[in-house]
Amino acid sequence: MTEQNPRPQLHLGVFFTGVGPQLIWADPQAPSHTAFETFVEIAQVLERGLFDAFFLGEGLRVRENRGKVFDLDVAGRPDAITQLAALAAVTERIGLVATQNTTYNYPADLARRLASLDLLSDGRAGWNIVTTDNAWTGANFRHGGWLEHERRYERAGQFVEAAKELWASWEPDGVAPDSRAASWARPGSISPVERDSDLVRLRATATVPGSRQGRPVLFQAGDSDGGRELAARHADVVFSANTEYGKAVAYAADLRDRLSRHGRTPDSLRILPGASVVLGDTAAEAEEKARWVRGEQVNGVRAIAFLEQYWGADLSAYDPDGPLPDIEPSEQELDPSRGTISIELRSGKQTVIRKWRDLAAERSLSIRQLVLEVAPGHPSFVGTPSAVADEWTRYVTTRAVDGFNLLPHLLPASVTDIVDKLVPELQERGVYRTEYRGTTLREHLDLPPLG
Amino acid sequence: MTDREAGPAGLHLALEADGDGAHPAAWRHSGRPPGAVLTPGAVRDVVLAAEDAGFALVTFADSPLPPGAGPGAAGRLEAGTRASYAAPLTERTGLAPTLHLTTTEPFHLATQLASLDHASHGRAGWVVGAAADEAALAGVGRTALSAAELVRETADVIDTARALWDSWEDDAVIKDVATGRFLDARRVHHIDFEGESFTVKGPLITPRPPQGQIVVLAPDTLDADARADVVLVARPDPASVAARAATAREAGAPLVFAEVEVLLDAAVPAADRLAELNGAAEWPGSGRLRHVGSPDSLLDLLRELAESVDGVRLHPAVLAVDLPVLAERVLPKQAGARRRAPRAGSTLREVLGLPRPVSRFAAPAATSA
Repeated sequence: MTEQNPRPQLHLGVFFTGVGPQLIWADPQAPSHTAFETFVEIAQVLERGLFDAFFLGEGLRVRENRGKVFDLDVAGRPDAITQLAALAAVTERIGLVATQNTTYNYPADLARRLASLDLLSDGRAGWNIVTTDNAWTGANFRHGGWLEHERRYERAGQFVEAAKELWASWEPDGVAPDSRAASWARPGSISPVERDSDLVRLRATATVPGSRQGRPVLFQAGDSDGGRELAARHADVVFSANTEYGKAVAYAADLRDRLSRHGRTPDSLRILPGASVVLGDTAAEAEEKARWVRGEQVNGVRAIAFLEQYWGADLSAYDPDGPLPDIEPSEQELDPSRGTISIELRSGKQTVIRKWRDLAAERSLSIRQLVLEVAPGHPSFVGTPSAVADEWTRYVTTRAVDGFNLLPHLLPASVTDIVDKLVPELQERGVYRTEYRGTTLREHLDLPPLG
Repeated sequence: MTDREAGPAGLHLALEADGDGAHPAAWRHSGRPPGAVLTPGAVRDVVLAAEDAGFALVTFADSPLPPGAGPGAAGRLEAGTRASYAAPLTERTGLAPTLHLTTTEPFHLATQLASLDHASHGRAGWVVGAAADEAALAGVGRTALSAAELVRETADVIDTARALWDSWEDDAVIKDVATGRFLDARRVHHIDFEGESFTVKGPLITPRPPQGQIVVLAPDTLDADARADVVLVARPDPASVAARAATAREAGAPLVFAEVEVLLDAAVPAADRLAELNGAAEWPGSGRLRHVGSPDSLLDLLRELAESVDGVRLHPAVLAVDLPVLAERVLPKQAGARRRAPRAGSTLREVLGLPRPVSRFAAPAATSA
């Protein structure tokens, strides 16, 4: 394929999180975020835009704020594999990637469901491997909170190894070619898989062979050392948070280094940072739109709720356009009940709050202005389609990234904008496909065939 | 509360659509290469044929283990994904995968079924599976369960799933721009389920399914009559079906279906077909009624069963041969067939005459509204 495309190619996915503050629901344009039709519409728009993949997020507990169901963000989403199996029937080319947890699943059960999705989509399935040790989420499961933090990647590694072995356990051409054969499968052509460690125990026989692409494509998003090691050992694609150019370059170098230590070639891994994009016909219009998006994402009630998480107290009496709360935050560290809290934030919240108070005092910021400043979720690329296309061309031709996994903020406008305005600019620059040349997700991603 | 006015002949008909059919040698008569059963086209073909024929419901058998032994088929796609793949391809027929409650997480099972109900606009059912043998449980690192433990776990998982399906009230998503609230947090509930061997906090991550509660079909061997919407009765003759159906009704089951395996006269008479199939692999007894014969005598059997049950789940010996015969010579001749065939837009509960339950968490004021 490189003969036809002398320039490195961008690979694009959309990360349909289904929940969270980045999704704007109050706009009259916003469709139902839970209706099946919305998922179909988005997946079909992306397929029109020749995207590599459509990703579904996962969160195994409805988020809470101080013990109460958090009510300000979009919430309520389907089981990812179930939803993607349905989407497989109404799409033809786009990759279908399910985020699934290695802590609260059984390896043989999950491997089988993923392999089934892979066959039903004729080789378009992917698995975004995530781990957790969060006992708050574990309260929904038989084995809640059983895994120590330090061992979550160890379990994930063993889990993925067992899954890979199950996916490779049918010999090619083991199934009878016709009805006159002595048996449906050649005896001995399917090998049982057995694992017996304190983290993964199973004895199972796969009920499905590999798909057209061999097995589901493996995605990994962890940015910690353990996450990067897991990615370097097992992942076909990493989905990092390093969008800023310098960070992206450093991240890519680090991962390629790790790859070689695991005996893998640099082209065996695609790097797709998560990114959000706001486009406008002029630079000024794009900036204005980005301000509007951010303002919707961090409205007054959300700004208060954001601080409540840190203060550990009811702040509803405070004016979001007024100064920071004068009461002292609780002694307790952040609890993980928003479901997404990163490990760095599990301690040291008092330091964070002190910094915010200093920043607010120095620049006379209101609650809302401060949260706009410090809450994550700033759009990563803002500009005209042509300017963003130039920037992405630089990223991909210097191999800082292989593409992006995009987080939409407004459906369907975020994705139709990219498909209709940005994609043609990328195609003009020779860094994005003008048609799908393969049928499988592995082929879309230009990954080498499995050995 | 069920729709019985249709009279004795107005049976609900379900089709078991797994693999190439109920006979272990069915794969030799599928008319396609043996491995084709694992393709999306195979799922599409069978559900479209079943929907065209007017079946109220298609079920997808499953097991964590390979479906056959010895020379039999070793491949099977997971049933939940098959049912889901079928959802956007169909618009009338119910879709009920077998999901095994012993080899998955109860929370995932409830989420998967709720998601199937959303994707199918209210046509999801669940055939309760409770694989409990050593080989099946070894897949998830568990050891075999005793009969008593299995009954307990079956009850606990069904109760968990039902509580989770109620955990979002119907009107929990409010999108109230004035207050900035997407949800009404008072209408999304922890379930705090405490069972014998596990606990589940809740709520579900998925909003309440369109049917409120997914239709639960429980095989009569599971001792779950009181928790099911439909009890599936597997008995070898109509008299014992009737006796077991009566027990199920006493326990409170709203509907009872009989399980019937069928091998029908086609281009070749049924008896000859059976001899040929059994020559390749013996059809072991399953404890279900088995009809080998003409479509007309099957209609007689259905009329007899209609005296004691509300529906029949048919297990064709060879889908490729028996399903077309059912579609052409059995379903159209059933009394009330036209009226019984589901219409587009109906939920499975509506088709079966089951009411849509109000969430257990709904405030009394909301129930009378």
